[in-house]
Amino acid sequence: MSRIQAAFEQLAKNRRKALIPFVTAGDPEPETTVSLMHGLVEAGADVIELGVPFSDPMADGPVIQRASDRALRHGVGLHQVLAFVREFRATDQATPVVLMGYANPIEAMGAARFAAEAQQAGVDGVLVVDYPPEECESFADLMRGHGMDLIFLLAPTSSDARIAQVARLASGYLYYVSLKGVTGAGHLDLAEVAAKIPHIRRATKLPVGVGFGIRDGATAKAVAQFADAVVIGSAIIQQMEAAPAGEQVRYAGRFLQGIRAALDAK
Amino acid sequence: MKVHDLPDSHGHFGPYGGIFVAETLIEALDELRIAYEKYRSDPEFIAEFRYDLKHYVGRPSPVYHCKRWSGLLGGAQIYLKREDLNHTGAHKINNTLGQAMLARRMGKPRIIAETGAGMHGVATATVAARYGLECVVYMGSEDVRRQAANVHRMKILGASVVPVESGSKTLKDALNEAMRDWVTNIHNTYYIIGTVAGPHPYPMMVRDFQSVIGEECLLQMPELAGRQPDAVIACVGGGSNAMGIFHPYIPVDGVRLIGVEAAGLGLASGKHAASLTAGRPGVLHGNRTYLLQDANGQIIETHSISAGLDYPGVGPEHAWLKDTGRAEYVTITDDEALKAFHDLCHFEGIIPALESSHALAHAAKIAPAMSKDKVLLVNLSGRGDKDMHTVAEKSGIHF
Repeated sequence: MSRIQAAFEQLAKNRRKALIPFVTAGDPEPETTVSLMHGLVEAGADVIELGVPFSDPMADGPVIQRASDRALRHGVGLHQVLAFVREFRATDQATPVVLMGYANPIEAMGAARFAAEAQQAGVDGVLVVDYPPEECESFADLMRGHGMDLIFLLAPTSSDARIAQVARLASGYLYYVSLKGVTGAGHLDLAEVAAKIPHIRRATKLPVGVGFGIRDGATAKAVAQFADAVVIGSAIIQQMEAAPAGEQVRYAGRFLQGIRAALDAK
Repeated sequence: MKVHDLPDSHGHFGPYGGIFVAETLIEALDELRIAYEKYRSDPEFIAEFRYDLKHYVGRPSPVYHCKRWSGLLGGAQIYLKREDLNHTGAHKINNTLGQAMLARRMGKPRIIAETGAGMHGVATATVAARYGLECVVYMGSEDVRRQAANVHRMKILGASVVPVESGSKTLKDALNEAMRDWVTNIHNTYYIIGTVAGPHPYPMMVRDFQSVIGEECLLQMPELAGRQPDAVIACVGGGSNAMGIFHPYIPVDGVRLIGVEAAGLGLASGKHAASLTAGRPGVLHGNRTYLLQDANGQIIETHSISAGLDYPGVGPEHAWLKDTGRAEYVTITDDEALKAFHDLCHFEGIIPALESSHALAHAAKIAPAMSKDKVLLVNLSGRGDKDMHTVAEKSGIHF
């Protein structure tokens, strides 16, 4: 059983919802990333989505663009991201790590080499934003062959036929984008999320996470009524941007604890 | 597989092209593909497009024989396809007209576009004004500075121009920002991409609308020169003017197709925009194609004296034409392009765009070694009025 599947089964047994923070590897500095990952786990993260910096993050809003830019200024690339995961795994063998990013850094490394090195580093899943199912059949085979989950996005505009097509190739969990827009936008429509999730459930038994636009505990709690997991990215990065130097990990952890408490409240 | 039957139904030109976008854009692209498939063969749509190309754009654009310049070069005869004489001063209007017609039929009241030199932005603002559509143009802040006159033209035509401050602040970043707008406003917005790049169906659709350039040449060259050219030469940034003139010539035997990329300060300097010549395949802006990128797969900043060629990728069909050998791709530096710019001004009384000057420079480079009965057809994709500021600065003149 994969680490992701195990984590979700354990959560379901305990009737808890998964909390999935997203942070960009190498932001604000390469030295921060591994301690940040451990800090997020201590604050209640069940899975960590680690962003791979890319020069042209088309699906991301300004907050994650800035995070990517800061990481790139330190020259953080895919090799170093895998090194972060390896270091994290040395002391945490339980928390699943999902890499999230764009196709080109993976293609530049070579998909086969990436699959082998990611597995060896302890990566559990990969979400390639600009690899829709029709363009990544062979990449999906590679991921499966190396025991990693390939995670896909679904959108408010995804039809039932499209949801079924994505679900056929997906594993680990599905990530429902809760709004029409980029990451960190501020117009999540709860009623729309509530209406869409049953369509996804009909097509798959995989856990469904919801993200893009969740900024606080109340929204997280509301979304968790329908979803198995809540993904928070931009809001954490903004906490870190507001933190004094050296305090970023503490600020991110404190913020995530608040979300955790809201999620777990009866 | 014949190279001119592409793309396949998923937008692939061999290993290039495709639909590499986030799930949030898939339905919008499906909707666009279905609409375009319906209208591309619709007689009424085609008739309206032809009518507007004639009466609004001023087509057919003439082909002109540069007798004096050819004589001075002493070799092959150089002919120019005068896209600079189109309404708005470049080939870009052929595509924006076609796509705006599609947007209206799809019931989208709002148009967005990216622009580099500003010519596509102006052509988009123009058709938006004509059809009464809201228009927002994204433009890198560096390009806003370089192309102030075009920014003002767009505003006069009623468009909003949004300066993009992210990344390298040029065309690629404007494209990213337009994509972000589109994903947020899919319900009422049509995105007019200005070049033969992006996710399917854009590379095919923009090529189809631009192919009028080459189709006219097929008829005009026998009339004017007595035969088809030995080579067709066009500049390549994203590659729309080149694709427009190349595509009808792909099945014509004996016609060389030569794309000219921007070598900027020289390929060795690293400051250039020659993705086909110096890049390697990867994924950006919705398609797989040749890209200028570093070892980590990050897209690198490009340089060209012409904003319209300042792009780190290239249309996927060009990538395929390169690999199959049907087209060849060469480079011209900023300085070589500037010399051709001045030569065409001096010897023919035509002020070419700096983009098109790259194609002219390559023609001037190869013509002298060819015999006088050889024929080179250069796509003069736009006029150079917009470049006065850049050219003056290069000569140490400040307005």
